[in-house]
Amino acid sequence: MKPTIRVEHVSKRYRINARQLHNSLRDTVAALVRAPFDQKRNGESTSGNTLWALKDVSFEVTPGEVIGIIGRNGAGKSTLLKILSRITKPTEGRVFLNGRVGSLLEVGTGFHSELTGRENIFLNGAILGMTRQEIERKFDHIVAFAETEAFLDTPVKHYSSGMTVRLAFAVAAHLEPEIMIVDEVLAVGDAAFQKKCLGKMNEISRAGRTVLFVSHDISAVNALCERAILLHEGAVVMSGPVREVSAHYLDRANRLYSPITWTSSPTTPSSEIELKSANTLQGGVATQAIDCREPFTISMQYEARMALRKSRLFIVLRNAKGEILFTTSDYDTLTEGAIDRKAGRFTSKVTIPGDLLKAGSYFATIGADIKNERIIFAENDFIHFDVFESGDDTLAERHKRVGLIAPVLAWQTTEAEMQSPDA
Amino acid sequence: MNTTKKLPVAEHSSLIEPTSEYSSEQFEATASTLRDNTSIVIEADSTGLSLNVREIWAYRELLYFLIWRDIKIRYKQTFLGAIWAIIQPLFAMLLFTLFFGKLARMPSDNIPYPVFAYAGLLPWTFFANAVTNSSNSLVGSTSLITKVYFPRVIIPAAAVAAGLLDFGIAFVLLIPMLIYYQITLTWSLLLLPLFILLATLLALGIGLWMSALNVRYRDVRYALPFLVQLWLFASPVIYPSSILPERWKWLLALNPMTGIIEGFRTSLFGKPFDWAVIAVSAAMTLVLLAYSTYVFHRVEDTFADIV
Repeated sequence: MKPTIRVEHVSKRYRINARQLHNSLRDTVAALVRAPFDQKRNGESTSGNTLWALKDVSFEVTPGEVIGIIGRNGAGKSTLLKILSRITKPTEGRVFLNGRVGSLLEVGTGFHSELTGRENIFLNGAILGMTRQEIERKFDHIVAFAETEAFLDTPVKHYSSGMTVRLAFAVAAHLEPEIMIVDEVLAVGDAAFQKKCLGKMNEISRAGRTVLFVSHDISAVNALCERAILLHEGAVVMSGPVREVSAHYLDRANRLYSPITWTSSPTTPSSEIELKSANTLQGGVATQAIDCREPFTISMQYEARMALRKSRLFIVLRNAKGEILFTTSDYDTLTEGAIDRKAGRFTSKVTIPGDLLKAGSYFATIGADIKNERIIFAENDFIHFDVFESGDDTLAERHKRVGLIAPVLAWQTTEAEMQSPDA
Repeated sequence: MNTTKKLPVAEHSSLIEPTSEYSSEQFEATASTLRDNTSIVIEADSTGLSLNVREIWAYRELLYFLIWRDIKIRYKQTFLGAIWAIIQPLFAMLLFTLFFGKLARMPSDNIPYPVFAYAGLLPWTFFANAVTNSSNSLVGSTSLITKVYFPRVIIPAAAVAAGLLDFGIAFVLLIPMLIYYQITLTWSLLLLPLFILLATLLALGIGLWMSALNVRYRDVRYALPFLVQLWLFASPVIYPSSILPERWKWLLALNPMTGIIEGFRTSLFGKPFDWAVIAVSAAMTLVLLAYSTYVFHRVEDTFADIV
């Protein structure tokens, strides 16, 4: 079969540092005059501050194929999608697209909160490349799919976020492109709606259209795709049947993850406790790829500028959908120093048991407060890590169950002692 | 499909080499037979001067919808609504009449100063607002630019076009003024749309240029109100261009707004047109528009990366 997408040696370079700001009016005016011609020269002069988001990426996708693109954050997935959806151009290489591209990474793009649902369907449809006739023809289907009939003439600003997403997805899903790009949209909406979205994606691929599914939810990729491409640091590491690629990904997850220590930009000087850095460790090794079966540790380095009574260090753990799993604090166990915190530099560690979190991405907010009084600081989503289930079937099954966590709990079964009728 | 095939790792020098059994030529051939117009090649080099007019035409409905959106939301949650379109030129006219007409006794080509000023303020207000709105339009549409593909030129163009409605509303106030000051209309009035068109093209020219610059240099946002203010005084809005000695007139004509505002007035008041000035202004407008279209096209591919 002839490919619908062909990517040939595509590379994309970003210049990291933006040019310096113009401080004087003179500079500004000079820039206004010079700017149009500056563009090319800057592009060619390669300073050291460049980043290759994609390096020599090549692959093909045939019609009707559902292909998964996997890789950790920063592997180049979104850059690849941006090139495929023509938002940005590659620095080198070429892409051939055989058909219209619709991407669900733009769910709700161009939605205007002041406009009604009806108006937004037309506006969003036009933005995605549909003609007015096409929108009119599909209007009823879109509305039915989004289940928002009753609110068609209500401004979208009065919609719940779930309704907005449903409406936006409905418009995008009816674009009927030859090539559909789906990027993490399944992280939104309730379970029933997600199911509907998955159904729509299957329908699209059965109709001979190509679906590119991007996610770091490996189980979703496994469920939907036949083939997968693994990206790491901008390059294709592996391409093949989805089971093999995802197994490889999970297997090498630890190697692919170069450990990161998150460092804080200095908080306001008035803050009595300043968070310096934090990282995640498993088996004593810094890593962001956590094996779900083993316990791991979040370690925080911080400086207390003064002695503080009743100050608590806390962590709020969220999953990729933004649902809070728990909040934990060093005050809970009355850790040494938590009640009468002294000034100085400290490291606090908290260990999260194995066989608790489900596979997926997590974000931890780190903060400190004074009990019942005020927050000292809170660094939102300061650290990020991924929990993996490493492939075996019973484990995979447990991680697919409903619920926020997948704990292994101790069950006990005792045979009830039969009461003897004689006694 | 042989799935586990190892992807070729090639040197950058061999970029043109086809990667598989299908050559680029074959691919393009199948693509074009499969469906009209849907086969797309995405490459690094932008094609320089060639403007994809066909593509812009294909997206004309988006232009329509963006204009419609701009108009629809412009006066949402305002108390006075579309009256704002009149307030701006009306109050400027009252101020100018008081300070320049009455106090400074500014000549006005024998036209009553209020209607003289208002007839200048109409195209000026449209132009100034259109330039300001379109210059900020790309930066204000970051979420669109970074998420969807379409010809970027549509965004500043829609911002300019949406200003025409305000112009139309403000124009309505001119009618009672013409009646009150007993100004008789002539056939020259038929040329009025020409000057509105020129003002639109000029606003588009400046708007395209500034909006593209604004993506990279946010200085534009701060410099522009100031430059527009200066431009007002460099244009014959509060004074007639006849105030300048004949030999300096060409200098004023280099400002394309001169021919547009003077032409706008002449067609209303039925005076003889100064074709030389209008021709220079029209030529300047077209040159500016061509230049900014070129600049815009050159940098539009980078908008999503730097906005």
